[in-house]
Amino acid sequence: MSFTLPALPWAIDALAAKGISAEQVDFHYNKHHKGYVTKLNAAAESRPELKGAKIEDLINNKDATYNLAAQIWNHTFYWNCMSPNGGGEPTGAVKDQITKDFGSFDEMKKQFSAAAAGHFGSGWAWLVKDGDKLRVHQTHDAGCPLSEGLKPVLTCDVWEHAFYIDYRNDKAKYVETFWNAVNWDFVNSQL
Amino acid sequence: MFALPPLPWPIDALESKGISAEQINFHYNKHHKGYVTKLNAAAEIRPELNGKSIAELITSKDKTYNLAAQIWNHTFYWNCMSPDGGGMPTGKLAQAIDRDFGSFENMKKQFSAAAAGHFGSGWAWLVCEEGRLKVHQTHDAGCPLSEGLQPILTCDVWEHAFYIDYRNDKAKYVNAFWNTVNWGFVSSQFASSKL
Repeated sequence: MSFTLPALPWAIDALAAKGISAEQVDFHYNKHHKGYVTKLNAAAESRPELKGAKIEDLINNKDATYNLAAQIWNHTFYWNCMSPNGGGEPTGAVKDQITKDFGSFDEMKKQFSAAAAGHFGSGWAWLVKDGDKLRVHQTHDAGCPLSEGLKPVLTCDVWEHAFYIDYRNDKAKYVETFWNAVNWDFVNSQL
Repeated sequence: MFALPPLPWPIDALESKGISAEQINFHYNKHHKGYVTKLNAAAEIRPELNGKSIAELITSKDKTYNLAAQIWNHTFYWNCMSPDGGGMPTGKLAQAIDRDFGSFENMKKQFSAAAAGHFGSGWAWLVCEEGRLKVHQTHDAGCPLSEGLQPILTCDVWEHAFYIDYRNDKAKYVNAFWNTVNWGFVSSQFASSKL
């Protein structure tokens, strides 16, 4: 059983109206995300025990293929965090939890955006559940909160490949745009 | 006040070598310049910074390390490249490469693997350590000066260094990089590293 690249939840140009172009998504998904799957399958050729392993297990066990497995998982989560029908204010249970743990959505948005725009080097900004509280978290490079015992609820990819086609160096503008795409239904499903 | 050193050549100088004016423009005027702007902002709050050199901020592992090292690394990177660059090293540097790697091709292969294979943001280096040349990688803002290594040659492999021209094809960018290498500069770094 080899590892497969999960399908995008929407068409490649679905986020263009939100400010993330088809070209940006195409390279990100078909080169970077797909590339990690290709490399993990290549690793499984020389380590047959990897075949049939679950991506989450490779992450939790901090396997030698951690970087590949975590990047596969992180990217899948990222795509699911976005939607052409996304954006606006949070709804449902996460809305109440955000108010409880941050005071307001604006405050959470401010902290998350600062973490995303301020991350030095390659990495990810997260909203995670730490015990029963939501908080903002940063991981570096391929870091996945699962291996820190945290429950990911929302993520934004801040590797330069995630925004350089559309935003060049303007990471802050990309992060602003990201909020227009957030799929609060998916975020609620992760709580 | 820290200053952004000028580029050694015009912004479009490396176009025919495969590194476009747009790529250089964003890299130099946004990223490199951005680090200088941020370091000056830090010096507003910590005036003692103004009396220091970039190299001192690096070797003393000051809080501003990331900014100082990125300023230094980028300046070194521009100087490693030239519109008249490429080809092969000569003289003492060529001899040292043959001695420490077996051949120029072998050094090129190791350096390229380090550059193309680096995971995340970072830099590939040729460094001199106790008189011997070796390939070295640093992550994020890492500068070999703070590891007691003498930098001889570098290639920036942060995605911003190549994404405009090469998108995800980092290996193709590294190939293009070799066509620009200013062996005169690299030789001068090697010569002063042995002092």
